[in-house]
Amino acid sequence: MAQIPVHELAEAMYKMVKDTMGLKKWKATDLQKASIEMFGEGNVDKQLCKDAIKELVNSGRLVYTYFGGSYIEVPHKEGAEN
Amino acid sequence: MAVDKKYDTPMLDELEKGEWPSFVKEIKAAAEWNAMSNDLLGLLEQSYSEKMGHWKHGGIVGVMGYGGGIIGRYTDLPEKYPNISHFHTLRINMPSGWFYTSEALRTLCDIWDAHGSGLTNMHGSTGDIIFLGTRTEELEPVFNKLTAAGFDLGGSGSDVRTPSCCCGKARCEWACYDTMALTHFITNKFQDELHRPAFPYKMKFKMSGCPNDCVASVARSDISIIGTWRDEIQVDMQKVREYAKNGTDIVKEIVMMCPGKCIEWDGKDLNIDNSSCLHCMHCINVMPKALAPGKDRGAVVLVGSKAPIVEGALLSSVMIPFMKIEEPFDEMEFWKLIENMWDLWCEEGKNRERIGEFIQRVGMGNFLDSVGLEPIAEMVAHPRENPYVFYEEYFEEGEEVEK
Ligand code: HEM
Ligand code: HEM
Ligand code: SF4
Ligand code: SF4
Repeated sequence: MAQIPVHELAEAMYKMVKDTMGLKKWKATDLQKASIEMFGEGNVDKQLCKDAIKELVNSGRLVYTYFGGSYIEVPHKEGAEN
Repeated sequence: MAVDKKYDTPMLDELEKGEWPSFVKEIKAAAEWNAMSNDLLGLLEQSYSEKMGHWKHGGIVGVMGYGGGIIGRYTDLPEKYPNISHFHTLRINMPSGWFYTSEALRTLCDIWDAHGSGLTNMHGSTGDIIFLGTRTEELEPVFNKLTAAGFDLGGSGSDVRTPSCCCGKARCEWACYDTMALTHFITNKFQDELHRPAFPYKMKFKMSGCPNDCVASVARSDISIIGTWRDEIQVDMQKVREYAKNGTDIVKEIVMMCPGKCIEWDGKDLNIDNSSCLHCMHCINVMPKALAPGKDRGAVVLVGSKAPIVEGALLSSVMIPFMKIEEPFDEMEFWKLIENMWDLWCEEGKNRERIGEFIQRVGMGNFLDSVGLEPIAEMVAHPRENPYVFYEEYFEEGEEVEK
């Protein structure tokens, strides 16, 4: 089973989150489901999704946020801070 | 740092009266030198007189790479109380069983005096070391100092929460397994799940060494691992007689209080029908010198309790009535069950639905089927009194009913 490279998946996830900023709040599991749908079950598995999220968050391109539950977002100026 | 602006706090002052410790006293002590604690007094007094909270919650949290451990707080009156415009909470993973050297405690306090309000909560209901109140720009510096001192952030949000346990074998003779060792192992095994929230909602592990359940895991953890035994309660008959001689009313205090109705006392010998014992610990707690848990010890695993937040409170239900808990922990079959439960809950659970609520929604039968467990009598709260539990299949097959 040939999986796609982590950074390719990370790019795709980043685009999903960025393109829907302000429209949709993504949880880790939502990103995973959408990725498997996009690339197909044989090309992406749960571990790969975890690794891609880890790469995005460790590099600071995406951040975790909390609104009742945990979400993953593009960093932005904090609403509650204002 | 000297602090001059003092607030009048007549309502808070009431809470300094009495013989017991007072959080107001502690905040005032910190306010002598810390501007955040000083503003906190002013804000609290205002909230008490208005009967209204002035905190906002949530948003971007954490240090680089982490999705848990820091809870964002802001006051909605930042002009009036500028020093607490940010007042974030840090959860720091406590050592298993909450054992510290005094040096470790001083290290923690020094870090916090330099970067926050100086106020701590040892410990929060989650079990974590709680640092109360700091600014966003202080988060990375605090985190760096904590990790340099060997500490790490704990959980918050939709992740595995900081695993927590009773002091177990370190101090307690009732411990049926090594709660501290297992907790340390679980903390390491699930580092990824602890720091990178990927669940529908929070997921708590709590480990108690015996059914006394000193960390209340049966009531407030998604996964409760509670020590128990499967052989017979150990009895030192001579000591039982001593208790009786010294004034323990064994019939009234033990026989009649036994929920399994399985103890007899004829004034000389104590007889326990262990096949009906519910492992409640009552008799052992009353005569600790005479009775002790059996020798074949392990734990029961229960799933699904929670305190009321989104929905009402739940207690855990039995999944595995008994398993041995021995090193190497990694080889226990139990992890497979955890994985199955998480897969199912992540796939089908609703946002902010705890696993106990999920089980209620889909039904215990469906849940057991999906995670690959056979329903058994031990999973029923009161199987002998429950009119909905039938045992025909056992009789049809001509087998003896297992205990
Ligand atoms: C300002 C002084 C003190 C305060 C505020 C204080 C407070 C407390 C509190 C709140 C606990 C209970 C912890 C819990 O169960 O959650 C405790 C336990 C205890 N304290 Fe203190 N304490 C003080 C001084 C002392 C002193 C001077 C001694 C001994 C000379 C002492 C001996 C103990 C012992 C032995 C326990 C624990 C016993 C057990 O394990 O159940 N404390 N203390
Ligand atoms: C032979 C001497 C002592 C014995 C056997 C003893 C034993 C105990 C025990 C069994 C407890 C209850 C633990 C629990 O319920 O968790 C306790 C609590 C406590 N003991 Fe002692 N103790 C002794 C001497 C002292 C002395 C000399 C002090 C103080 C100077 C002290 C202070 C305390 C305190 C403050 C608590 C209650 C802490 C709490 O509320 O959790 N004890 N002790
Ligand atoms: S739960 Fe049991 S083993 Fe753990 S401290 Fe309490 S009495 Fe001891
Ligand atoms: S542990 Fe509880 S149920 Fe078992 S014999 Fe003792 S009192 Fe009875």
